[in-house]
Amino acid sequence: MIRMLIPLGVFLALVALLVASLQTGDERKVVQSPLVGKPVPQFSLPGLHDPDTITSRADLLGEPFILNVWGSWCWACRVEHPFVERLGREAPIDLIGFNWKDEREDALEWIGRFGDAWDRHVVDFKGKVAIDLGVYGAPETFLVDHEGIIRHKHVGPIDATVFADLMQRIMELEAQAQ
Amino acid sequence: MSAELGQISLILALVLAALLSVLPLVGAQRGNEALMKLAPSLAIGQFVFLAGAFAALAVAFLRHDFTVSYVAMHSNLLLPWYYRLSAVWGSHEGSLLLWMLLLGGWMLAVAAFSRSVPRPFTARVLSVMGMISVGFLLFILFTSNPFERILPGPIDGRDLNPLLQDVGMIFHPPLLYMGYVGFAVAFAFAIAGLIGGKVERNWVRWSRPWTLAAWSFLTFGIALGSWWAYYELGWGGWWFWDPVENASFIPWLIGTALIHSQAVTEKRGAFPAWTVLLSIAAFSMSLLGTFLVRSGVLTSVHAFANDPERGLFILVFMGIVTGGALTLYALRAPRIMTGEGFDWVSRESALLLNNVFFTVSAAMVLLGTLYPLIIDFMGWGQISVGPPYFGAMFILLMTPVVLLVPLGPLTRWKRDGFMRVVRPLATAAIVSIVAALLVCAWLESWSLRAVTGWIGGFWLIGGAATFGLRTARASRSGLARHQWGMVLAHAGAGVFLIGAAMVEAHTFERDVRIAPGETVEAAGYRFTLHEVVEVKGPNWRADEARFSIHRGDREITRMAPQKRHYHRGGQTMTQVALKPGVFRDLYVAMGEELGESGAWSIRVHIKPFVRWIWGGAVLIGLGGLIAASDRRYRGKRKARESAPAAAEATA
Amino acid sequence: MSCQLSVVSKWALVLALVPLLALGSAIEPYDFDSEVQRQRFKSLAEQLRCTVCQNQSLADSDAPLASDLRDEVFRMLQEGRSDQEIRNFMVERYGDYVLFRPPVAGHTILLWGGPVALLLIGLVAAVIVIRKRRTAL
Repeated sequence: MIRMLIPLGVFLALVALLVASLQTGDERKVVQSPLVGKPVPQFSLPGLHDPDTITSRADLLGEPFILNVWGSWCWACRVEHPFVERLGREAPIDLIGFNWKDEREDALEWIGRFGDAWDRHVVDFKGKVAIDLGVYGAPETFLVDHEGIIRHKHVGPIDATVFADLMQRIMELEAQAQ
Repeated sequence: MSAELGQISLILALVLAALLSVLPLVGAQRGNEALMKLAPSLAIGQFVFLAGAFAALAVAFLRHDFTVSYVAMHSNLLLPWYYRLSAVWGSHEGSLLLWMLLLGGWMLAVAAFSRSVPRPFTARVLSVMGMISVGFLLFILFTSNPFERILPGPIDGRDLNPLLQDVGMIFHPPLLYMGYVGFAVAFAFAIAGLIGGKVERNWVRWSRPWTLAAWSFLTFGIALGSWWAYYELGWGGWWFWDPVENASFIPWLIGTALIHSQAVTEKRGAFPAWTVLLSIAAFSMSLLGTFLVRSGVLTSVHAFANDPERGLFILVFMGIVTGGALTLYALRAPRIMTGEGFDWVSRESALLLNNVFFTVSAAMVLLGTLYPLIIDFMGWGQISVGPPYFGAMFILLMTPVVLLVPLGPLTRWKRDGFMRVVRPLATAAIVSIVAALLVCAWLESWSLRAVTGWIGGFWLIGGAATFGLRTARASRSGLARHQWGMVLAHAGAGVFLIGAAMVEAHTFERDVRIAPGETVEAAGYRFTLHEVVEVKGPNWRADEARFSIHRGDREITRMAPQKRHYHRGGQTMTQVALKPGVFRDLYVAMGEELGESGAWSIRVHIKPFVRWIWGGAVLIGLGGLIAASDRRYRGKRKARESAPAAAEATA
Repeated sequence: MSCQLSVVSKWALVLALVPLLALGSAIEPYDFDSEVQRQRFKSLAEQLRCTVCQNQSLADSDAPLASDLRDEVFRMLQEGRSDQEIRNFMVERYGDYVLFRPPVAGHTILLWGGPVALLLIGLVAAVIVIRKRRTAL
């Protein structure tokens, strides 16, 4: 009798796994970055408004900052833009734009249309630095602490929930720094 | 109007299915003939209404009724009529309707061709299938109604996914579902046997032709899907171990084990409980496949629109169907009598080994497919399990099978001598090795994969031929159909093996840059690009590259791959140009235009023996169908036919 | 009305996804130094998973990122890096997720060992069954 129950047991375990997986389906679609907890990789990139100014990793260290990856071709970036603007206004730390695989004219036109929310801007038209950052789709948002360690990464557009979560994390960072 | 008629038809089909799932079963339990006799009529009625619903959706597509949301989403004014028809099953809702129509069809067939089977048994079978019907109809009506309206409807619809605008898409899903759904028959027979309390040899005999037919359709469906992916996706691959492919392959592997264990149970009465379990498993894996494809728990190239709510419904349904069946199994299986004994070397042992390897393979594919979920569940991060894992494991598990297959049919039931089995195969073994080496020398292909592929392939074909010749010589009437079927299927496995090994070992593949007037050399063939022109189709325009292909001084053929742009959806798609051949396919696909120079990136493949992959699969499927048509399964009916007819006459 | 709304939003979503779902294959002519290098490239591109795609390898995807990553693989091959170094490069940036052949480690023991264990159990069970059935001869 016990032996005859084995198939049922295996099946129930399978169903349990599938029920659990059904609830976490959306989370699994996001690829977790192995770079969280690690230092921001070395880079030096030109600015968007000022192509001659080169910003490197060393220039950003010392203060925590947010790095927001976007592109004018990216539809979801428009969706998140109001929240990026709120971040720029309300977050007490620098908001760095990271313009990815774009054209300068397109990016500037986009900003002209939707507004410049960022404190500072670097561009990675070739996408090389983005690979070092483990970027795989726009928009993505990184939170980096004053020592240059990536503390958090969000993949996908920022909405109200994500915004609140980000602000919370920023406040904690600030509190720690003091 | 047609959408509303379809909706009403569907609801009426549900009512009949609900009656069918209860009344004949009650009749069978109480010995009430009148209730049992309702089963065939209800099955016929259900099929009529399902066909009505299906026709209503087809009419909505043909008439461009864009107020039906499903039509608006998957069709437009430019779409040719045959793709509008196949668009009926081009997405989730309609494909479920097709699934139901086929289930209704199988039930109709069971009702029509089971006169030899005792009435209580047929009544139970149809009731069990009626329960499955009820579940799926509720699923369609509550979560996936294809007849939903949007008012006012749009003037024109969107587009059917261009990948699906293809002849492969017209035939692939119906064949695949015929297989998936067909396993419901084997399931219902097993459950009917368990409910009846006496699981005896007879139920297996009645179930065998149905199982063989379903398994054959599944074989055709998978093969067609593979062929379709090969020429339509533009990558030149024929199997990707994608979760959705695995979802159809797992039931196939279980089904393969099942048709072999049914042979033992029918002939010798051995492993009856195991055969019941496999019958339950085959259909359960079909349901699991449906869940995986439609719930979005796994990431796949060809998933339907993801919807966790639908996923939950299928999961609950699967929980009831499979959970109920396995509970019944746990309660009743201990009472199943075991058959006669057998020795180490015997047909029974050989088929037992077959079952070990095929069920473990199915478990391996299932484990690999679900492992990312397990890792996630345990909070161990994220991993991917892909072709390198499945390929290596599958070869590992199938190598012993290839070695053993020719031995099985030559082994006698009950008790045999090892040398008596092996000796007749000595010739086949020697011939297959020598022939393989000769072929490889002629083709100049000395890679390990190619050589072992040819040896294994010839060994399977030679083994099947040896069995065929010996059996034909021994009996005056020649081979019976079921023996013909087996010979064909085993030889087909050999043909498949050769194709797969040669493609994996010796595909020539190059991505090159080419401008009009230039020539590319590829494995002895010269591809010359003459021009790139713009051409127009009914609902697309395309850049078409015109090639001529030479071998030596002779022009073999002309090829014209396209890069298509679909007007409505705005998608771009590669239309591969193929020159099929028995010994090799030539394959050209267009990439991008490189700058303003007029040069293009193109991909050239030479695929040796790739047709043998599908040729082998078709032989395997045909073998199954021929075996299913064996006289043994019909013989009994003729003898008994007069009895029920007389009973009906008096009634 | 709600029906219509849902359809409209679905359309918007589908339109938004079009660039991601660009159909077709990744066809790029690279100038390889040798046939061996070509084979290594092919094999690496087939073993690495494209992170933006729906379960495709780098070799099969024509997403822009996949193209960038193929360029990286090609560059590293030209620099003379080993296959393992190239795989590590990807794993450091995107995690184990990019490997279609999962590493053999603690958390994948069941994956790699499971089928072998099942086969052994199956064969032992078969032996037990046959021994038992022999007594019924």
